[in-house]
Amino acid sequence: MRDDHTALGSSRLAGGLLVPVASGDDLARALPAGVVGPEGQPAPRRFSVYRNNVMSSLIEALGSVYPAIRGLLGEDYFKALAAEFIRGHPPRSPVLLDYGAEFAGFLEGFPPLADYPYLADTARLEWAWLKAYHAADVPGLSPACLAGVAADALGELTLRPHPAAAILMSPWPVHEIWQRNRTQDAREALPPPDLSPGDRAVLIRRPELEVEVTDLSPVEARFLTALQAGETLSGALDTVLAHEEGEADIAGLLASLATSSAFCALHRGSAC
Amino acid sequence: MTTMSDLAGGLPAAAGLGLKPDHVREILEMRPAVGFFEVHAENFMGDGGMPHRQLSAIRELYPVSLHGVGLSIGGEDPLDKGHLARLKRLVERYAPAQFSEHLAWSTHEGTYFNDLLPLPYTEQTLARVCDHVDEVQEVLGLRMLLENPSTYVAFSETTLSETEFLAEIAGRTGCGLLLDVNNVHVSCVNQQWSPQDYLADFPMQHVGEIHLGGHAQDTDDLGRPLLIDSHDREVDAQVWALFADVIARHGSLPTLIEWDQALPDLPVLLDEARRAEAILSAHRLSGHRPSGHRLAADQEMRRAG
Repeated sequence: MRDDHTALGSSRLAGGLLVPVASGDDLARALPAGVVGPEGQPAPRRFSVYRNNVMSSLIEALGSVYPAIRGLLGEDYFKALAAEFIRGHPPRSPVLLDYGAEFAGFLEGFPPLADYPYLADTARLEWAWLKAYHAADVPGLSPACLAGVAADALGELTLRPHPAAAILMSPWPVHEIWQRNRTQDAREALPPPDLSPGDRAVLIRRPELEVEVTDLSPVEARFLTALQAGETLSGALDTVLAHEEGEADIAGLLASLATSSAFCALHRGSAC
Repeated sequence: MTTMSDLAGGLPAAAGLGLKPDHVREILEMRPAVGFFEVHAENFMGDGGMPHRQLSAIRELYPVSLHGVGLSIGGEDPLDKGHLARLKRLVERYAPAQFSEHLAWSTHEGTYFNDLLPLPYTEQTLARVCDHVDEVQEVLGLRMLLENPSTYVAFSETTLSETEFLAEIAGRTGCGLLLDVNNVHVSCVNQQWSPQDYLADFPMQHVGEIHLGGHAQDTDDLGRPLLIDSHDREVDAQVWALFADVIARHGSLPTLIEWDQALPDLPVLLDEARRAEAILSAHRLSGHRPSGHRLAADQEMRRAG
């Protein structure tokens, strides 16, 4: 450690802020050298004010991003779990409205929660909701613009994904789980969802200022996901048809594309 | 005597409130007579959506000040260039009447701790903080205000008093200061300083804004009162008394009511702002000849009302 930096304080304090403390001895060990009370005496209790501020404010930040996970786990469990996550994945930016990207993966890999496999996808829905809420203000692709494309050019069309739009495919009823657990009122009003696994998908989008979450059929989800990944319209239709047993409703898919708010522009030099 | 208002940037020497998303609709409907609204810069660093829409609507009606909590000016890390660039975009977009930050650190080796953490006051830390303030002012192209902290600990190697430290920073960098009167009370109780001496030593000629907020009470290692800067309740009676004393001595200044936790309904905040405004207006009307800026501030209040 360089002496000139040591004097500045942050390198000494930082190490003691997030370490778990189970006893007075632990706290004494976490206390940085030279951190004192008014009479120059070591002041672990005073230092713990900062430790508490740091941890409780970060738990609050994570909880505001993941209200449904917080609701599902209950306050005490969420706080303990969040502390564990925060110690392993502390924020790397002062912009906390972007904090917690790794939380879904953390939930997936947390052995005590292995019996609750829907938690991770519920967290992914909450993360997509947050990204949509703060996404750039970009108008959606207008149906008129799509209608103006010449018939022989439609097949090669590619589309630019809207910055607020995300498609989440999950075997779990994450839309219902999320709706029911975001608030206390919803928990009391809505019935518990049927947790049997299935082929499900949701679209998260923000046509104006309000984020919307809607169910997609598995076919729509595969189609829109292929387009979001940059496939051409004909390529995306091929992807869907490869999955379908019978006839796909191509007109219905094109209608869902036009109204999805999942795209903002055609990928070519046109005016729209 | 020196009047403060000419140093107060574009903020009126009136009472302002922190802007909370839950209150925006009501504010836009009621148009309450509030001198200005202050926002935490980091809450507006998303690309778009509701937060920017709300702030734009407020900015049409009221002066806005930008208060940063994440620059870590008191830290060892170099300033985060990406964060400075984000701040610059906000300054360009909203043309805030003022920008302020804290004498504290919050990031170390890239980890952001989301708290205003303390630093020892030495010649070395002074030089580092001054470099950081210079950089902020250069990148943002404005004169920033630096806020005195609430502190819970001291450092054995500290050689300068907090007021000396702040006066040196203002003198060397040309920055202004933000006097948080609640922080003065909290730190003075916690550090066993006299608030009267602290305020007498504070370089008031650099002050461009005042903050008032509520605090909680805990106890320290020896069972003595330890005050916590919690911003979760009304301003304490002792803080009101210190504030009234500051204003009586130095004239009116832009004054923010800070309430960030356990947020009450808007009328409770408006009551706190009115209480500050009563103290400020008494000293706008008596004693000092109103400057052009003060007249403009009064017009701002009437328009907002």
